[in-house]
Amino acid sequence: MSLSNKDFKLIREELGREPSDVETELFINLWSEHCAYRSSKSILRQFNSEGPNVVIGPGDDAGVVELPNGVKLAIGIESHNHPSYVDPYNGAATGIGGIVRDIISMGARPIALADILRFGSLSKEKNQYIFEGVVEGISDYGNSIGVPTVTGEVEFDESYNGNPLVNVLCVGKVEDLITAKAKRSGDKLVLLGSSTGRDGLGGASFASEELDEDSEEEERSSVQIGDPFTEKQLIECILEMNEDNLLESCRDLGAAGLGGASSEMCSLGGYGAEINLDKIHTREEGMNAIELILSESQERMLIEVKEDNLGEIDQIAKKYDLDYSIIGEVTEDERYRADFEKKTVVDLPIDFLTEGAPLYHRKIEPSEPKQPILTSEKGEKSLKQKIDEILSSHNIGSKEWIYKQYDHEVQIRTILRPGEADSAVLRIEDNAIGISSGCLSKHCRRNPFMGGLGSLLTNAMNLATVGGLPLCLVDCLNFGSPEDKEVYWKFREVVNGINMGARALEVPVVGGNVSFYNDSEEYQQPVNPTPSIGMLGWISDSSNIPDFEIYAGQKLIRLRGKRRNYKKLEEDNDMDKVIEEKINLINLARDFVKEEDVSAARTVSRGGLIAALAKLVYSSKKGLKAEVKERDLGKEITRMGYAEAIFVSDHIPDKEEFNVIGEIDDSGKIEVVGENQDFSLGKNEINKKIEGLNKYMRGN
Amino acid sequence: MPKISVIQFPGSNCDRDTKHVIEDVIGCRADLNWYESADLSNYDGIVLPGGFSYGDYLRAGAIAAQTKIGNSLKRAAREGKPILGICNGFQILTELGLLKGALTTNSYPKFRCEHVYLKVNNTESIFTRKFDKNEVINLPIAHKEGRYYNQDPELSELKNSNQIAFKYSNKEGEVTKASNPNGSCENIAGLINEKGNVLGMMPHPERASEDILGSTDGKKILKGMIESIN
Repeated sequence: MSLSNKDFKLIREELGREPSDVETELFINLWSEHCAYRSSKSILRQFNSEGPNVVIGPGDDAGVVELPNGVKLAIGIESHNHPSYVDPYNGAATGIGGIVRDIISMGARPIALADILRFGSLSKEKNQYIFEGVVEGISDYGNSIGVPTVTGEVEFDESYNGNPLVNVLCVGKVEDLITAKAKRSGDKLVLLGSSTGRDGLGGASFASEELDEDSEEEERSSVQIGDPFTEKQLIECILEMNEDNLLESCRDLGAAGLGGASSEMCSLGGYGAEINLDKIHTREEGMNAIELILSESQERMLIEVKEDNLGEIDQIAKKYDLDYSIIGEVTEDERYRADFEKKTVVDLPIDFLTEGAPLYHRKIEPSEPKQPILTSEKGEKSLKQKIDEILSSHNIGSKEWIYKQYDHEVQIRTILRPGEADSAVLRIEDNAIGISSGCLSKHCRRNPFMGGLGSLLTNAMNLATVGGLPLCLVDCLNFGSPEDKEVYWKFREVVNGINMGARALEVPVVGGNVSFYNDSEEYQQPVNPTPSIGMLGWISDSSNIPDFEIYAGQKLIRLRGKRRNYKKLEEDNDMDKVIEEKINLINLARDFVKEEDVSAARTVSRGGLIAALAKLVYSSKKGLKAEVKERDLGKEITRMGYAEAIFVSDHIPDKEEFNVIGEIDDSGKIEVVGENQDFSLGKNEINKKIEGLNKYMRGN
Repeated sequence: MPKISVIQFPGSNCDRDTKHVIEDVIGCRADLNWYESADLSNYDGIVLPGGFSYGDYLRAGAIAAQTKIGNSLKRAAREGKPILGICNGFQILTELGLLKGALTTNSYPKFRCEHVYLKVNNTESIFTRKFDKNEVINLPIAHKEGRYYNQDPELSELKNSNQIAFKYSNKEGEVTKASNPNGSCENIAGLINEKGNVLGMMPHPERASEDILGSTDGKKILKGMIESIN
């Protein structure tokens, strides 16, 4: 990659001279789409990131919110898509490493991980290789550092052939809050952790390119290798230094390596920096200035330390067998300088480097005609075929093969585990939080506005089914090239949809990440728009969470709103009314779960009612009989409505939105009676379908 | 009040969980002791917690067993102090030779995290005496190298001297192949030394010690150990 002529001209004008080679490389990386959000910033501005609970919004390493019980949580999300295509195992592993360091750099102990993953269909051998590698990478790294992976979402779709998505969310419990803003001039800048090598060079610019067939061979050096043991030592070391008040500020070395972290940290604080590249502890000989300043070697942190505290820093680093080097200091003048072999190789106005990239004004072109969203299975398929397809789909069925490989219980907070409910639930002191993650990628392709809105509402409903009140969200927006007018239009529409819903729900967006250029040259396609959302919910009473133990004789209750023609409402500009209705349903669901004794609750989402019923029966080993009085049973039972849910309880809420549709029994079967049609699914049939992915992966 | 030492190796990750259960749930004193500076003579009992000491590099538990605390652990075992090794702690105990046999990669070579049933095989030890003979209990496992391996004559000796503490079983207490999550020989999930003061187990009792987490069977093991001290 190189600088565009426009950028180059601007830099020359600003500096009044030609930039040096090292400076040019810094600009290429720091002004890349990945680091500078040049195509997305103008659209992302519409998000509201403020609220009474928000302590730190977007712009730091992670967002921070305060819970009603006084505990502060840090939350962040990142993509590691391109590295995971080139080297699935290490790409995914280092994705975990990066987001975890973002959390510890806020002075928080990481307490939970969630992964939103997308792959091409498993019928292609290569996709299976990527899938297995990614899951193993997450498993080996996350388990070893002792952070539970408590939830996530996996979807297989042909649009991810040649470009899988690996999005990782991490939540941390703040011990002593620190930020990535440098505090005073004269403080020392210390590079702590693994030594610096040539791995991961130019990762930020690599992330801002499309993937082609040669990427695998050519870009291996752009992928870093993870070392979870060092990461674990780094977590404990940083938290101990912070507990002893030795850290003034702290930043993870991620995209654009030391050059990125040091310039951003000092610029955020309103200072400059002076770096001596010769001081860096390296793992190989003969590295040049560009390699030293841009290396993305993993498990490294930059910390700002008062000179007087260097002795104590030394002791703690030694305790954890970590190397460090004092590489420079914070300066009063707002310049970013780097020396190498006694020559100044970088001397730039610091804000120009970190904030000076001009934004792009991309062209927009809607895809015409706008397609209706696919809320139910269409066509001439029989009822049985429709049900078969849904329940056998790898996207609907059990993901046990995946989550069993993740330690989801370490740190003993996990009240609801993966597979049990639609949100993970973790205890926090005497209360709890819910974590929901994922999005409706296929809807976003067909109708990006509704897809974005629907993704937001579905996450909020997932939280409501465990009694959670949405507190904040982060998003990781994965799209094709923003230079494609249609892709860019979809990006804007999806963001509009999320924004509208988030504002109506009063959920602040406290952080996020944009990943463009998810296009595969080999398959000549962009990925489906995939706005992975991670949402946190507050649960005040941890003793009244559905335990998913259900009994014969309990009532099966359905919550749904009025059927609407979304397309017409959108055309009539009547979306506010729809959103209001949906939020009302979400609130009703949450109140029911919180106030009554609800044994189980499930969002009616992908795969519609039949999928929700099958999951309930599969996990509880009970059966049910239900009556669905609609003319077209096939349509009704496969339709999803963004904010619908089912509940199992002895109590029946006295609200018209709730209807008792059946009863739990011990049969292990699902029997549904419709107006014109009935159907029944036996226990073995349900299990066989739901376990499709697990059996496929285990080869039986 | 007895004092329990929970040893932290680089890479331990269940240390804080274990301390929480001993202190906040059971109400006994527990200190986290860094492996280099721990003085075990000050403590009445020792727990080696789960995790990935030294990243499980080389072989799970192998490097931790070579550190200088290894000798102190051997001394404590000789003195009869109760020592409990959980998961990675069990691996360290076999590497130290304080328990017989070895732990190797699961037969399906992936990490496995789930709740399993165990049949309590020995109810006479300090760790297991709170259970009824053949009681079936529910504890979570989380490991990739938890397959217990041994062979005769040692294996027969273990059986004859009642050193097998727990066996993976189904809910009904039947020890079957299907209920064996990792391919351990004889479905062995936990083992006691001859003297009865050292227990190593792959399942995590500290993860099953509070109602809110779904099972309290694990608490009885830790409680039994602590109450034996007085």
